[in-house]
Amino acid sequence: MKKPHGTASLTPYRLWSLLPRLEPARLPDLLMFGAAIALFYGLIMVARTWLGPFTPQVEISRSAWALPAYACLSLLRITIAYVLSLLFTLAYGYIAAYNAKAERFMIPLLDVLQSIPVLSFLPGVMLAMVALFPSRQLGVELGAILLIFTGQVWNMAFSFYSSLKSIPRDMREAARIYGFSWWQRFVEVELPYAAIGLVWNSMMSVAGGWFFLMACEMFVLGSRDFRLPGLGSYLQTAASEGDTRSILWGVATMIAVIVLLDQFIWRPVIAWAEKFKVEQVESSDAPHSWVLDLMQHSRSLAQLKKKALFPLRESLMAYFARKHNATKSESVKSPRNMWIARIAGIAAIAFISYAVARVIAMLAGTTHAEAGELALGLGATFLRVNIALLLGALWTIPVGVMIGFSPRLARIAQPLAQIAASVPATALFPVVLLVLIRLGGGLGIGSIVLLLLGTQWYILFNVIAGAMAIPTDLKEACSICRITGWQRWRKLILPGIFPYLVTGLVTASGGAWNASIVAEYFHFKGQTYFTAGLGATISRASDSGDFTLLLASTMVMAAMVVTTNRLVWRRLYRLAETRFRLET
Amino acid sequence: MSDAIIQARAVEKFYTQPDGNRIEVIAPTDLDVSAGKIICLLGPSGSGKSTFLRMLTGLSTPSSGEVLWHGKPVGNEPPNVAIVFQSFALFPWLNVLQNVEAPLEARGVAPIERRKRALKTLDTVGLDGFETAYPKELSGGMKQRVGFARALVVEPEVLFMDEPFSALDVLTAETLRRELLELWLSKKMPTSAIFVVTHNIEEAVLLADRVIVLGKNPGRIRSDFEIGLAHPRDRKSGKFVEFVDYIYKIMTQPDAEPANVPGQVRPASTKPPRQKYQMLPHARTAGISGLLEILNDGGGHDDLYRLAEKLAMDVDDLLPIIESATILGFATLTEGDVQITLEGIAFAEADIQARKMLFREAALKHVAILQCIESVLKAKADHSISDEFFHDILDEHFSSDEVERQFETAMNWGRYAEIFDHDPQNARLVLSEPLVEIHPATKP
Repeated sequence: MKKPHGTASLTPYRLWSLLPRLEPARLPDLLMFGAAIALFYGLIMVARTWLGPFTPQVEISRSAWALPAYACLSLLRITIAYVLSLLFTLAYGYIAAYNAKAERFMIPLLDVLQSIPVLSFLPGVMLAMVALFPSRQLGVELGAILLIFTGQVWNMAFSFYSSLKSIPRDMREAARIYGFSWWQRFVEVELPYAAIGLVWNSMMSVAGGWFFLMACEMFVLGSRDFRLPGLGSYLQTAASEGDTRSILWGVATMIAVIVLLDQFIWRPVIAWAEKFKVEQVESSDAPHSWVLDLMQHSRSLAQLKKKALFPLRESLMAYFARKHNATKSESVKSPRNMWIARIAGIAAIAFISYAVARVIAMLAGTTHAEAGELALGLGATFLRVNIALLLGALWTIPVGVMIGFSPRLARIAQPLAQIAASVPATALFPVVLLVLIRLGGGLGIGSIVLLLLGTQWYILFNVIAGAMAIPTDLKEACSICRITGWQRWRKLILPGIFPYLVTGLVTASGGAWNASIVAEYFHFKGQTYFTAGLGATISRASDSGDFTLLLASTMVMAAMVVTTNRLVWRRLYRLAETRFRLET
Repeated sequence: MSDAIIQARAVEKFYTQPDGNRIEVIAPTDLDVSAGKIICLLGPSGSGKSTFLRMLTGLSTPSSGEVLWHGKPVGNEPPNVAIVFQSFALFPWLNVLQNVEAPLEARGVAPIERRKRALKTLDTVGLDGFETAYPKELSGGMKQRVGFARALVVEPEVLFMDEPFSALDVLTAETLRRELLELWLSKKMPTSAIFVVTHNIEEAVLLADRVIVLGKNPGRIRSDFEIGLAHPRDRKSGKFVEFVDYIYKIMTQPDAEPANVPGQVRPASTKPPRQKYQMLPHARTAGISGLLEILNDGGGHDDLYRLAEKLAMDVDDLLPIIESATILGFATLTEGDVQITLEGIAFAEADIQARKMLFREAALKHVAILQCIESVLKAKADHSISDEFFHDILDEHFSSDEVERQFETAMNWGRYAEIFDHDPQNARLVLSEPLVEIHPATKP
């Protein structure tokens, strides 16, 4: 396809080149074109339904042919929720990192919000949204999207905040001394610096989004029954009818969607984000993505970049530079801004005190029986969560270490494990439940299996990473000193993977508490299966619209999670950082 | 001086601690920077060199006093300056060209003009052909060239450099220094003055038209003089060596602090009980032992300058070790001459266990913080106390970063001397098992 441009004589070759033909370099362009059309069509369809009248009880089809459309709708919800999360993350992280006064309460608040189970937000968010758009489908849709948002946003916000806080001083000063405008600093320093953390947290968040999709697309709220067409509601309907065929179809579709997402979104993004790594030397094995390669070779994308993106970037940069240079002599804190901040602060305090007062009034209505149930549930769920963690650790530590120590095994096992991990456990619940019921086990034990399904992967991946990080010379030192068997585990492997194990366990523990809500209470084949537990209490309270109980149980769970974080995990973290760090 | 570009008037930097205690980093200082000169600011670590540079550029605001650029306060209008950083501070996600263009973008220069100027500057510093490379693909020297280009592209009135060659290997640093001088002397640089912060004495004598030497605790100007040697300067020439020696002497003259005067028996009974804790130099025991061995083997005394050369060490790294030896009474330092004492000889010739005993004796005799820790630990029933306690004591005398370093040094010395042990898990100090006060030879 390379031809010299200098030879201008009219050869047959030139004539031939006038005809349209499909040369490989055009293929990416055609694909891009097709994708654009598909996207446009999808937008129109979605706009028609969402702005259409309110239909609370959409009939969820169980035909496999409905699946592509359902998958697209679910994907759209997750996407919108993700975009919202990203915007929120940028704003929240930015303010928390740069406003010392705000930081003092924004970060603890994030800690608490993170520990509130997603489904506890459900009734409040849903009712508010439906009240906002009573006659349009948009209300319920927005409610579902906001719920997914609450499941995705916190860890992203935290990652962005801590990235901003750790930008090296010299880099900041360079930006300042060279007079970067707010915007230039944002796009050339802060965003790139935070990129890697944001990408990985985004992946985790979206995976979490799939997990809660099941619950968010179809639920009962007091006397009202909400249903949204989507993959989650399809699976839930199939499960409650006990339709194994449909369940399998649904799970297969979900796996397909997740694999596609991985190939078309996450791989390219990770490969692209490689350039944001702050490292002194180039790493030898950088991640690759064929989609990214394709995109970088697309001519139409290159044109788009040259004709639209580049001028846009230029004019934004110039606009903010002008603004920055015009206002630089002004002091930052004008009296008006101070007043606005003060009024906002007073309003916030007033609102918070009002809310606290209402909550206390509401909690006063909790009966003794309910308090007893909460205490019992807390104990039961606590046991279940920790048994699940223990079981998870028991099988993942040996397996993870084996995979981590053998590069050959890692090449085969890691992609497989990644696919297995990306299948939301909630989608598998019906299948597992079917088996459990057939075996005759109750939900009391069954829910442990369900918790395990959702959380073991975090531990496994971290153990693999930890085993890989153990330096070869330490392993060799062990062989030379004839340290083998249990001694080798005690002296080398367990201390070596400890920091990673703690990270995995922290994530798994948070996930398990959150998952207990879906695992302990289940509608299946027209029946409600449940077992004693805090998660079940939250689910039931939400189902029956018992707000007092919902509030009380949510607060108990949040308090429990925050307390264990403070008392157990943070200490282990510190221990891991001080005593078990392998660097230097 | 009316033609000065920058005038610093009584600038001072201090930190106020929560309890109202003031830690002075830089004492009130006057300084002028005028056109046509390379100025080197020399000083040991902890003398606030970098803080000073940041105040002159407007990056950091003085606690009192003011910095004027052409007679106007620096805060009103950001001056046209550039900084070359020790760590390069390049943006790893931008390629070489984009890194150099970034400051121009900030000034709203149009794309075509921007590219033209950036390419021209890259050509000047010898980075032709590296435009599309990313910083991580470049060697340290090349990275710092990008740092130069990024600084020069804005045509700064004063070019500031914060230890620009410290992160480079010796040869690369020498090459870059020569290139910098060439650019400056041939007037290819669009700057009217260069201000270099460094701790390398030879570097200062090699580059500077004017040298300012800072002292520490608090940072203040100890000497400010011109170097009238013609470029290029010969490191072996007599004049060059004289200047280097002169600066060595200033930097090694003991600060007027009683703790630093060696060989003096402290009249402990007549002093007020709450004496000031001396600032421990940040040297590890292994370094002190090594120095004493070398001194002892070399005849007991040596010239500081020669010693540094022999060990291929910067004076900034060597000085803390020598200061430690003098504080412990193992050596004396006069006029750039290091002399080992009788105690020092005994230490150098002892074996490992005996050394620990001698070190313990010297430490408990001369080092206030270790005396304090020992007496507190002995007084406590469980012979242990939390780290916090000593952090709090040190807090009253030092800034928070310095407290960390003081604590770490005290920890290193105290553990070596077996005065106490440190339990990092509970963050507590524990009194060591009482040393058997017998001659080391009779040990099992």
